[in-house]
Amino acid sequence: MAENKSKKVLEEFGDKIVSQIKKGKNPEIEMTLRNLSNIIYDTKQKILKLGNKIQSRSFFNLAHSKKFLQTVEVASVIKKELLGSGKHSSLRDVFYMVKRTIPGTNINLVEDQTESDKALEDLEVITDFSREQLHVAANKMGSVAGKVIIEDKGDTIDWSKMGSGGWSIPSITDELKFKKVSAKYVLYMEKAAVFERLNEDKFWDKNNCIIISSQGQTTRGIRRMLQRLYEEHNLPIYVLCDGDIYGAYIYSVIKYGSIALAHASGRLTIPGVKYVGITMDDVIKYDLKKHFIKLDEKDYARIKQVSEYAWFKNNKDWLRQFKMMKEFGAKVEIQSLTSKGISFISEKYLPEKIKNKEFLD
Amino acid sequence: MIKAEELALKQREISVSEFFTKNRHLLGFDSPAKAILMAVKECVDNSLDATEEMRVLPDIYVEVKQLSENRLKIIIEDNGPGIVKEQIPRVFAKLLYGSKFHSLSQKRGQQGIGVSAAVLYSQLTTGKPAVITSKIGLKQKAHHYWLHIDTVKNEPEIVKEESFDWGKDHGTKVELELEGKYQKGKQSVDEYLKQVAIVNPHAKIIYINPLNEKVEYHRVTNEMPAEAQEIKPHPYGIELGILIKMLKSTESRTLSSFLQNDFSRISTVTVKEICNKANLDIKLKPEELTLQQSEILYKSIQNTKIIAPPTNCISPIGEELLIKGLKKEINADFYTAVSRSPVVYRGRPFAIEVSCAYGGDLNKETQVRLMRFANRVPLLYQQGACAITEAVQDTNWRPYGLQQSTGSLPYGPLVLVVHMASVWVPFTSESKDAIAHYEEIIKEIKLGLQECGRRLGIFIRKNVKAKEQKEKIDLFTKYIPELANSLSSLTGEKPKILEEELTKILNKNLKDLLRSIDNAEIKEEIKEEMAEKQDNKKEKKKSEVSEPKVPIKKSKKEIQTKLR
Repeated sequence: MAENKSKKVLEEFGDKIVSQIKKGKNPEIEMTLRNLSNIIYDTKQKILKLGNKIQSRSFFNLAHSKKFLQTVEVASVIKKELLGSGKHSSLRDVFYMVKRTIPGTNINLVEDQTESDKALEDLEVITDFSREQLHVAANKMGSVAGKVIIEDKGDTIDWSKMGSGGWSIPSITDELKFKKVSAKYVLYMEKAAVFERLNEDKFWDKNNCIIISSQGQTTRGIRRMLQRLYEEHNLPIYVLCDGDIYGAYIYSVIKYGSIALAHASGRLTIPGVKYVGITMDDVIKYDLKKHFIKLDEKDYARIKQVSEYAWFKNNKDWLRQFKMMKEFGAKVEIQSLTSKGISFISEKYLPEKIKNKEFLD
Repeated sequence: MIKAEELALKQREISVSEFFTKNRHLLGFDSPAKAILMAVKECVDNSLDATEEMRVLPDIYVEVKQLSENRLKIIIEDNGPGIVKEQIPRVFAKLLYGSKFHSLSQKRGQQGIGVSAAVLYSQLTTGKPAVITSKIGLKQKAHHYWLHIDTVKNEPEIVKEESFDWGKDHGTKVELELEGKYQKGKQSVDEYLKQVAIVNPHAKIIYINPLNEKVEYHRVTNEMPAEAQEIKPHPYGIELGILIKMLKSTESRTLSSFLQNDFSRISTVTVKEICNKANLDIKLKPEELTLQQSEILYKSIQNTKIIAPPTNCISPIGEELLIKGLKKEINADFYTAVSRSPVVYRGRPFAIEVSCAYGGDLNKETQVRLMRFANRVPLLYQQGACAITEAVQDTNWRPYGLQQSTGSLPYGPLVLVVHMASVWVPFTSESKDAIAHYEEIIKEIKLGLQECGRRLGIFIRKNVKAKEQKEKIDLFTKYIPELANSLSSLTGEKPKILEEELTKILNKNLKDLLRSIDNAEIKEEIKEEMAEKQDNKKEKKKSEVSEPKVPIKKSKKEIQTKLR
């Protein structure tokens, strides 16, 4: 009856506001502040957590009223449309369920999806229930292949028999059952194109592992699945990203959590994850300099910013990488390894690095 | 081969009139549309100068008649002092003859070219003589002249003359026939007279255009502009050539008295300093100085500290009259004016005045209407080449509530008047369309604009922004039913009850909400001051405090949203 619990928690949120109104008070929503100033890096657990700073949002305040309305409306739509019906919807669906023009104005209740997404994140913090528990999922974006058999809603699925595309990872992975896991480690990569290359080369078969990709930032569903493989099956997780500051950040999100989802760190982060590449040392070792892409101003700014984050600023290995990036004034993509031969990555680069344990922590 | 002697037969003096016959564009008569404007302008400028000198309030009558497709007749009549009979031919039919070139005082005309250039143009394009009528006093007869210019000799040629009784006490009337094209718009006679009326609120002007439309510009003050004092040139403001010319033509017998009498701000002490530096005897006869000595004298003058010239030679319009002038011609919601104290560029005193009108009937979507004036004369052409335009474009108007893309004129319902009053306005050319780009001048204009802008900004915030904020408060009444409905479906409470309660809370909190708007206003004001300080420093160091935005790399969307 998880659904009923979710429903109840949303109703309680509404009741609180109603009782304030009935007392003649300017209604107010209080929630933990979710920005960098309230992010704490827990050095013991090695995860990002929300601090104790509270922000409050009141309806009769020019700067808050629309956000206030959005949060209440999203809560009401979720309660009415999703909970109780057993259905799930995407963030995009929620946006369309909420979107409309306020009568007598030319103002839309939500202008774009980021506004409804934010409202949902607010609700997560307010209710302490995850988006998944509220039956809302992100767009699914990611594939997996490897020697694993799972059960999903009654279907048995063999990840080693999914053809060239791999199995498409759903947005909610909490309820998957791992029936047989014979792989020895998980390789997660930033790029779908690299996944296709490795899948075609049957990398997972030859190296007895699982390969997983998403596109760019890792979705919650994949992060949760990685965490379960790590915790429930003791599989080491290795991450393969572009040799740039964004790759480093993607890695850090999997390892420590992210600023926006710090409230969900506990069920998403994997402190033991390792970074396999591409590193600036790889650039020298494998002679990739000719594939350099020049850094622009924004890249430099981002390097500066990331290296000041609490979870990076004492990590000597990473700071050294950032320093090299700045010295080279350049970044490099995973695919640049293709210049050494189409299967260089699967036959030489990855097996060597993993065997020699050339990781960054 | 042509011998030098043969060439010599062809070489002869070119008179000023001949020169301008061939180069009429230099005086501004370069297109039929501009010619008509220039002719009217020269006559009206003269009339205004003359009445002011006589200290009578100007009554000016202007008429432009269409004679045939491209021929027009202009008639300008004033109530000025008139011109004595003997002078009439030379004033109107000899170029570079006038009372203004040799003195340093603030006048509309400067060179004594203007009106005779109009006469010359009329003669060139129609062959018709200029008709001048003038009367200098009550019991006098009026003189009536038909004049041509002998372009070779640059001398007047009297075609016909007569005397008669004219039914007014004194004044001058000029009638010219010329080729031209009447048009309306930004560079028309209509616009010129309107702008004249704005900066000359003491003048009454009646204007009849070729369409037989009569426009009356009323007098809104009986206050004449303060009389501008004539001053001697300041030594910093002259060039070597002028100095040599002055040395030759001076009436002073010694170098010492020459320096003291022919320039302003030179005392006996200064004379000694200059002459010591130049190693010249103060008793030398000025006309006997050699070229070399003159040059040494010139240099030592430039190297000697001399106090700035007196500024009582400047007659500004004044803030009150600037506003009156704008009010009578432009219907707006807000008016303000700034009259800055005179300062000096290259030994020449000048003062900058800025006024503006905002809102009302003015167009919100277009660039601001910039009106440029030099000694109360509107400048209608070559806006892009003018120092005033540069100063307006260089000023950051955004903190004052106007839209502007960097380096261009701002947008908004604004008329901006910028006036430069000076004993010598540095124009970029003889057609007197644009002010030259002297750093000191641009700096003064910008200071005037900023002060005007600050006041405008306060008005815009108080009235326009506050209106917007009030509209936002009205939004609450629109949000209330929405919130009531959402809460109702979330909790089961009746929407009507929620709506009523929320409306009560809104009414109770209205005062606080309005106060929070005032606070926002104060914050804006602080912001604006900061922006100005930065502007003046001319160093816009990017603050590194704010977190730089992260680019979207491929589909790394989340990074971006996370670092909002």
